[in-house]
Amino acid sequence: MIPQEILDSLKSQFGDAIVEAKLEGVIDPFIKIAPEKVKDVCYFLRDQEKMSFDTLNLLTGMDYTGGKLGVVYHLSSTKLQHKIVLKVEVPADNAHVQSVESVWKTANWHEREAYDMIGLIFDGHPDLRRILMPDDWEGHPLRKDYKVPEFYNGMKVPY
Amino acid sequence: MHDTLTQAEAVRPRPATIPGLGRQLRSEEMVINMGPQHPSTHGVLRLELVVDGEEVVEVIPHIGYLHRCFEKHCEHMTNYQQVIPYADRLDYVAAMSNEFGYVIAVEKLLKIQVPERVEYIRVIMAELSRIVSHLIAIGTYGMDIGAFTPFLYCMRDREHVLDIFENACGARLLYNYMWVGGLSHDVPPDFQEKVRAFCKYFRPSIKELNDLLSYNKIFIERTANVGVLPGEVAINYAVSGPTLRGSGVKWDIRKNDPYSVYPKLDFEIPFGKGEKGTVGDCWDRYMVRVHEMEQSVKIIEQAVEQLPAGDVQVAIPKRIRPAAGDLYVRTETPKGELGYYIVSDGTATPFRVKVKAPCFVNLSALPAMCRGAMIADVVAILGSIDIVLGEVDR
Repeated sequence: MIPQEILDSLKSQFGDAIVEAKLEGVIDPFIKIAPEKVKDVCYFLRDQEKMSFDTLNLLTGMDYTGGKLGVVYHLSSTKLQHKIVLKVEVPADNAHVQSVESVWKTANWHEREAYDMIGLIFDGHPDLRRILMPDDWEGHPLRKDYKVPEFYNGMKVPY
Repeated sequence: MHDTLTQAEAVRPRPATIPGLGRQLRSEEMVINMGPQHPSTHGVLRLELVVDGEEVVEVIPHIGYLHRCFEKHCEHMTNYQQVIPYADRLDYVAAMSNEFGYVIAVEKLLKIQVPERVEYIRVIMAELSRIVSHLIAIGTYGMDIGAFTPFLYCMRDREHVLDIFENACGARLLYNYMWVGGLSHDVPPDFQEKVRAFCKYFRPSIKELNDLLSYNKIFIERTANVGVLPGEVAINYAVSGPTLRGSGVKWDIRKNDPYSVYPKLDFEIPFGKGEKGTVGDCWDRYMVRVHEMEQSVKIIEQAVEQLPAGDVQVAIPKRIRPAAGDLYVRTETPKGELGYYIVSDGTATPFRVKVKAPCFVNLSALPAMCRGAMIADVVAILGSIDIVLGEVDR
């Protein structure tokens, strides 16, 4: 399926949940969706026979600066060999996104990483805790406004 | 009396009465830590095993011991090229493959085309590093299972490839050889000859390895029917590389989403067939690697024959500033699908670089493979997915 067909079918199914789409003039066409509809859209994309997006290649947490965070989903289908990118934008002071762990198991660790690094909260995730940083680390290192702490557990951080 | 037991009760060990004491033995689940320093975790990885006797109930991997902020570093570079040496250190046993993915991504962002000679040399290097990576995977896997000798054979063969790398770029492990717009410098004049000689030498070595390890009865007993990962579960976990193909899924990015000059080269995708047990068991994953080495030799031989003459660098500005935008580029490294998601804001520094590390994703499927296995099998299963912690933790 070409991205336009995917967009049309998402629009007819979800209507207002499709916030924005850019299919021309970009390297990877993307569709921006509302954060409260992520799970439904993902189930739809996975289970519809003509979509069959059975793989979540990558889930990226983003800090777009200016109080906006986001999640980028790269989806592809091993059956039909097509790809699409989904984007979600949330305000930094209320960074809640629906978890897609129940749709694709691989999202489990990716979402934990996005929580760890950016501070996004994935509602419905079975085990949302830090994955790369120590459990007692403060702050989310990949935020653009992140300040490296001077001390960690009483030890001086050397730079 | 036994007839009244249900199936589950009969299998599950029940509290036994200690003779003479009249007390019952306590029987409960136990938590064992495997790692962070454990010979079979191939680095600093901690597995929290919840066991019921010898049977593994749950595995909880704890990672991050080798985290060195790759993505944070990328955002603080002064230009795009500076990321390449860091990319080397992701999967440090196959550094060429990591560079390859990154430079393709940046070139695509810049919309530049590199000379055909560069593409061919890159493919040869990537395939040689696939052989190196698989040799280490196979050698250390044998060692995990208890066969020490194959490891020495593998290391001996690996040395020949490292000599070729050293001859081409001076480094043996971390190369910084592929640059944006080309290569750091051309290959030496005797490169083709050396690569041909290696291919000729290496084919019989694979047979030797098969005789020594692959079809060894003890090895098969330890790996066949162990850690079965069915194809649809593998896809749901988005595992890639030999781990996915071992589950019988014929999926290889070099064929299914081709890049560079792979469409011009003739090779096959090996996948697990359940030859010695079930499709998707440890032996299948192992054997896919052996077959992939054969295919890599085939690719290298063709690429060396077709290697065109020409420049190895196109002129690019010293400080590149790609137009604002983002892209995701995936390549097939020895471990699986290595993806780079790069966001450019139009400046000389990447706004965001996110790595889809195949080992990270493959390791996340470990609990699914280990449930119900024996403790000793956890070692066999972990070895069969071939993780490199440098890439898991980034």
